[in-house]
Amino acid sequence: MTATNAAGWRPAMGDTGAGADKRPTTSGDYGLMLEEPLSFELGGDGKCGVDLDQPERTPLAGLPLRKAAPDLPGLTEPETVRHYTRLSRQNYAIDLGPFPLGSCTMKHNPRLNEKVARLPGFADVHPLQPQQSVIGALEVISELADWLVTLTGMSAVAMSPKAGAHGELCGLLCIRAAIEARGETRDVVLVPESAHGTNPATAAFAGFKVESIPATAEGRVDLEALKSKLGPNVAGVMITNPNTCGLFEPDMKAIADAVHAAGGYVYCDGANFNAVVGKVRPGDLGVDAMHINLHKTFSTPHGGGGPGAGPVVLSEALAPYAPLPFVTRDADGQVRLIEEETAGEDHPSTFGRMVAFHGQMGMFTRALAYILSHGADGLRQVAEDAVLNANYVLRSVEDVLNAPFAASGPCMHEALFSDQGFADGLSTLDVAKGLIDEGFHPMTVYFPLVVHGAMLVEPTETESKAGLDRFIGSLRSLAERARNGDEALHSAPHYAPRRRLDETLAARKPVLVWKGAPAPSGSPSLTEIGDR
Amino acid sequence: MRYLPLTDTDRADMLGVIGAASVDDLFVDVPKEARLSGAIEGLPLHASELAVERHMARLAAKNLTAGNAPFFLGAGAYRHHIPASVDHLIQRGEFLTAYTPYQPEIAQGTLQVLFEFQTQVARLFGTDIANASMYDGSTACWEAILMAARVTSRGRAVLSGGLHPHYAQVVKTLAKFTRDKIDARLPELTAVPDDAAVISAIDGETSCVVVQYPDILGRIPDLAAIAEAAHAKGALLIAVVTEPVALGLIEAPGHLGADIVVGEGQSLGVGLQFGGPYLGLFGCREKFVRQMPGRLCGETVDAEGQRGFVLTLSTREQHIRREKATSNICTNSGLCALAFSIHMTLLGGEGLARLAQVNHGRAQVLVERLTKVPGVSCLNTSYFNEATLLLPSDAREVVRALAERGVLGGVSLGRLFPGVDGLANGLLVTATETVTDEDIETFATELAGVLA
Amino acid sequence: MTRYFSEEHEWIEVEGETGTVGITDYAQGQLGDITFVELPAEGAAVSKGDSIAVVDSVKAASDVYTPVTGTVSEINAALADAPELVNSDAETSGWLFRIALSDSSELNALMDEGAYKTFVEGL
Repeated sequence: MTATNAAGWRPAMGDTGAGADKRPTTSGDYGLMLEEPLSFELGGDGKCGVDLDQPERTPLAGLPLRKAAPDLPGLTEPETVRHYTRLSRQNYAIDLGPFPLGSCTMKHNPRLNEKVARLPGFADVHPLQPQQSVIGALEVISELADWLVTLTGMSAVAMSPKAGAHGELCGLLCIRAAIEARGETRDVVLVPESAHGTNPATAAFAGFKVESIPATAEGRVDLEALKSKLGPNVAGVMITNPNTCGLFEPDMKAIADAVHAAGGYVYCDGANFNAVVGKVRPGDLGVDAMHINLHKTFSTPHGGGGPGAGPVVLSEALAPYAPLPFVTRDADGQVRLIEEETAGEDHPSTFGRMVAFHGQMGMFTRALAYILSHGADGLRQVAEDAVLNANYVLRSVEDVLNAPFAASGPCMHEALFSDQGFADGLSTLDVAKGLIDEGFHPMTVYFPLVVHGAMLVEPTETESKAGLDRFIGSLRSLAERARNGDEALHSAPHYAPRRRLDETLAARKPVLVWKGAPAPSGSPSLTEIGDR
Repeated sequence: MRYLPLTDTDRADMLGVIGAASVDDLFVDVPKEARLSGAIEGLPLHASELAVERHMARLAAKNLTAGNAPFFLGAGAYRHHIPASVDHLIQRGEFLTAYTPYQPEIAQGTLQVLFEFQTQVARLFGTDIANASMYDGSTACWEAILMAARVTSRGRAVLSGGLHPHYAQVVKTLAKFTRDKIDARLPELTAVPDDAAVISAIDGETSCVVVQYPDILGRIPDLAAIAEAAHAKGALLIAVVTEPVALGLIEAPGHLGADIVVGEGQSLGVGLQFGGPYLGLFGCREKFVRQMPGRLCGETVDAEGQRGFVLTLSTREQHIRREKATSNICTNSGLCALAFSIHMTLLGGEGLARLAQVNHGRAQVLVERLTKVPGVSCLNTSYFNEATLLLPSDAREVVRALAERGVLGGVSLGRLFPGVDGLANGLLVTATETVTDEDIETFATELAGVLA
Repeated sequence: MTRYFSEEHEWIEVEGETGTVGITDYAQGQLGDITFVELPAEGAAVSKGDSIAVVDSVKAASDVYTPVTGTVSEINAALADAPELVNSDAETSGWLFRIALSDSSELNALMDEGAYKTFVEGL
C-alpha cells in the first residue's frame, strides 16, 4: 500500500448541526438562499428560447436522419435567465471575496479585459480567414509574445498551448525534439516530490519515465540528490520556481548549470510566476522552457475551471522546435503566420502541431489588455504586493498556525501552514470548511504533499489590507478552535448552500448524467429538514 | 494603479508587522545578480483604461470581422447566432470568477451546470456518459485515441481520410512521441467517403478507427458499417463531430455504434474568436468510465440528505495519480461548457432539430446558387451545412481574391492540405442560419467575377 | 493454513500451492472509504513486488503489490459491485486475488501475525 486518504473524512448522514432550528418554508427557499432544480426538471416539451425560421428545404436524400430530436427539454429566455442566475448564486467567486487558493493565483479579473475580448474584430473572426483579413489578430499574438519573451528574458514563445498542463507538454516535446535532433535518446525526467501532479503526468504523457527528487528540510530541491541522478539518460528536470511551498529556489542557477553540464534541459513550471513577474527573468536563471498560465499571472478569468492558456517561453536552444502555427514579424514589421505550408522554409525543425488552430485568442486579448494596463512598472508592483500580502498573512498567523518553513525566512507569494498543533481529531479539512462559514473560500489544502495537512494561502496582490485583516481574523479564530478541539468544526460548513457532500457515494456508484429519475430516495426536502 | 488596492501607508504598516525594512528584503532568496533593479527597460509603463481600450480597438479594426462580410467559412469552426442571454449569463461574476469546484459546498452552481452539460452532451452524442469538457475538438480526439489504447491494450489507430487535417496533425505529432502507430490517409475527391478503404485498414492490432461525421469535405460516412467492422476485429469506433448542430438532423454517432464520441462544441454558445478558447466534447460507453480523461461531475447527497454534486472519480486524474493518470489535463473549458449548456437549454432538443433544418436548407440554397456559376460544381451528393465545391483553378487564390472583394468565401482545401495538388481546386463552403439570401447572391456574383 | 504479512500491508493466506491476497485491516483504516478496486487479469504471470492491483478511495489511489511470484488464479468478483467489502471485511471476504505460488520460499521473507502487529505499532 502506498498512499493514505489525506482527508480521511466522511460525513455523518443525518447530522444536522447548526441551522436545525430553521423554520420550514413552503417553497423550500429561504429568503435569498434559493434552491434550483435541474433544467431538465423545469423544461417543457416544445418550449424554446430561440425564434427560428421555417426550414426552406426538405433533407437531401441519403442522409442518416435522426429518428427523434435529442431528448432535451428547452426553456424560454426568462426561464433560462432565471435558472442560471439562481444557480450562479450558489457559487463563491473572486468577485465576492478573497479566494486564497495557493498556486492558483485567483486575482481580480479586470472588466476592461472582458470588454476588449468582445470587440467584434476579435470575437467574430474565423481562424481560417485569409491572412490579409486577420492582421490585427496576428498583431495581438505578436505583441503579447514580445511582452512574454521580454518579461522572461527568453528567446521565443510558443503561443498555441491551451492551458498550463498543455504548455508543460509543449515544453517537454521541445526538449524531446532537441534531444532527438542531437541523435540521442534520453528517457528520464526528474521531478521534485513537491511538484504539482501535472508535472509527472505530463512527463509520462510525453513518453518519459519519471524519477523523483527529494526536498530538503527547508522545503527546497535537494541539489546534491539532484546531481546524483543526472546522467546520459536524463532529458531534463521540471522545477517549479517559486516552488509549491511558496519558496524561491535559491540554487536555481546551480541546478540549471548542473543539468546543462549533463546534457539535459531545464523545464520551469511557471504557475507561480506572479511572485516574480518584473522582478526576475527566468532566462537569467538558465531556464530552457517555462509555461505561463495567462489565467493566473495575467488575470484571464478562471471561469469555474477554464478556459486557460499556457504559452511556453523557450530558450535559444529550444526555440527551433516550437510547434505550429507560429506568428512571426518580418524585418519590415509585417506580421506573418507560419503554418505547415511554409514551415519547411521558415521553421523546419518544428515538432509539429498540438492544437487545431492558433491557441486561446480570447485569452490573448485579455492578457494583453492586462499587461498594457500595468506596464513594466505595474507588473513589478504586482509581484511586490503579492509577496508582501503573503508575508503579511504568514507573520500575522504563524503564532497560532504552524508554518514549517517560516523560520528560514520570508515566503514568496504564498504562505504554507501545517496541521501541527491541532487537537486530536481536528484536521485541515475542518479549518477549510470553517472558513466557508466565515464567508471565505478556503485555501489550497493537502497540497503540497511534503507537509502534513498542508494549507497553502495565496492572497494575491488584489486584496486590500482591510480585506486581508478580515481574513486573518477568521483564520486565527479557526486555528484557535482547531487547537482547542472545537468539535463543531467537524460539521462545518453550516451556512453554505450545501453541507458536506458524500464523495464516497458519488465515487462508488457514479451518477454522471441525469436519467430522468426523481431525486435519490430518502432525500428529504429542505422543509422536512427544518422539521427535524 | 487602478487594480492594486494597497496604499504606501498600508505597505509601510505591513512591512512593520513582517519585520522587514523593505519589500526587497522579502526577495532575499533570489540571488542578487538575478534581481532586476527597476522596471524592465524598453517596455511601456502603465496605461489608463481609455488608452488600453483605444489601442486594442485599433488592432481589432485591422481585422475583417465575419459579421461585416458575406461569410461562408467552416472547417471545424462555425458562425452561429448566439442568443444575447448566453453572453450575459456567462459574465455573471459567480460563474466567470469562480475556480474549479474543489469546495463543492460553495460551488453547486458550477457543479450543477457541469452535470447538466454532461447530460446534454451524452444525449446529443447518443453516448451513455460524457465528461465535463476538454480543451478543444483536436485535443479531445487525441485523448480518445489514448483511451482506446488503454481499453483495448493495443496501439494502432486508423484515421479516416475525412478527419480534419489539423486534428490528424495533432494526432501524428503526439503519436511520434508516445510511439503509438497511426495509419492515416488523405481524403479522396469522391461524392461519398471511401468507407471501404477505412474498413480494410482495420486489423487485429487496431485499437480504434477515427471517423469524422460529417467529414472534412462535408460528406456523411456510414458509421454503422464502420462500427460493425471495427467491433468484429476488437477495435473501437471513435466518431469525431466538429459541427454539433448537425446532430439535430442526422443520427447520433452513439446510436450508430460509436464507442467514443468526441467533438468541438464551439458551434453552440461560443464565438469564433480566431480559434479559441473552444470546447472539447467527450462522450463514451459507461463501461469505459474509469479510463476516461478529464473531470467528471457526479450526483450525490450532502450530510442532510439533500441532492448535490461533486467532482468525482478523481483518482484517474493527475493531481492524485500523477504519472499514472489517464491524462495530464487540469484546467479545461468550464466557461465555454457553460455557454454551450445555456445555448442548448434555450434551444431544447426540438429547437436544435429546427436549427439544424434551417442550416441544412441554407446550405442547399447556397450550393444550388454557386453551382450555377460557370465552371463550379459540387463534389457532394449529401451534406449537412457544409459542402465541397470544385473550382476550375487553385482555390487558395480564389479565396484571397474574394477577400479583396469583401467576401469571406470559404476555406480552400489547399490551406488545409498544403502540397496535395489533387485537392488544390477544392473549396469548402458553409452556410448557417446567419447567411442571408443577399450574402449568397453577392458571393455568387463575386465568385463569377474572380473566375472570369 | 498460514497467514503472512508484508511491510506494504498486504496479507497472504496459503493453502497448498495457492495464496489468497488482500490488504490488512490496518491499511483499509488508513485509506478511508474504498470506492473502487482494480484487479489483475486472471492468468497473469506476476513477480513478487509487482504492482498488480489498485485500491481507490475518494482522494487516493493505492497500489497493491503482490507479496509472492506466481500466476493469478482467481479475482474477487464481488468487489466490482461492493468495494466496501475491503473496508468491512479486509482480511476475510474483502480479499483481492488468489495466486498460484511458483516459489513458496518467498514466504519466508514475510512477517507472521505477531511480527506485523509489532511493525504496525511502530508506525
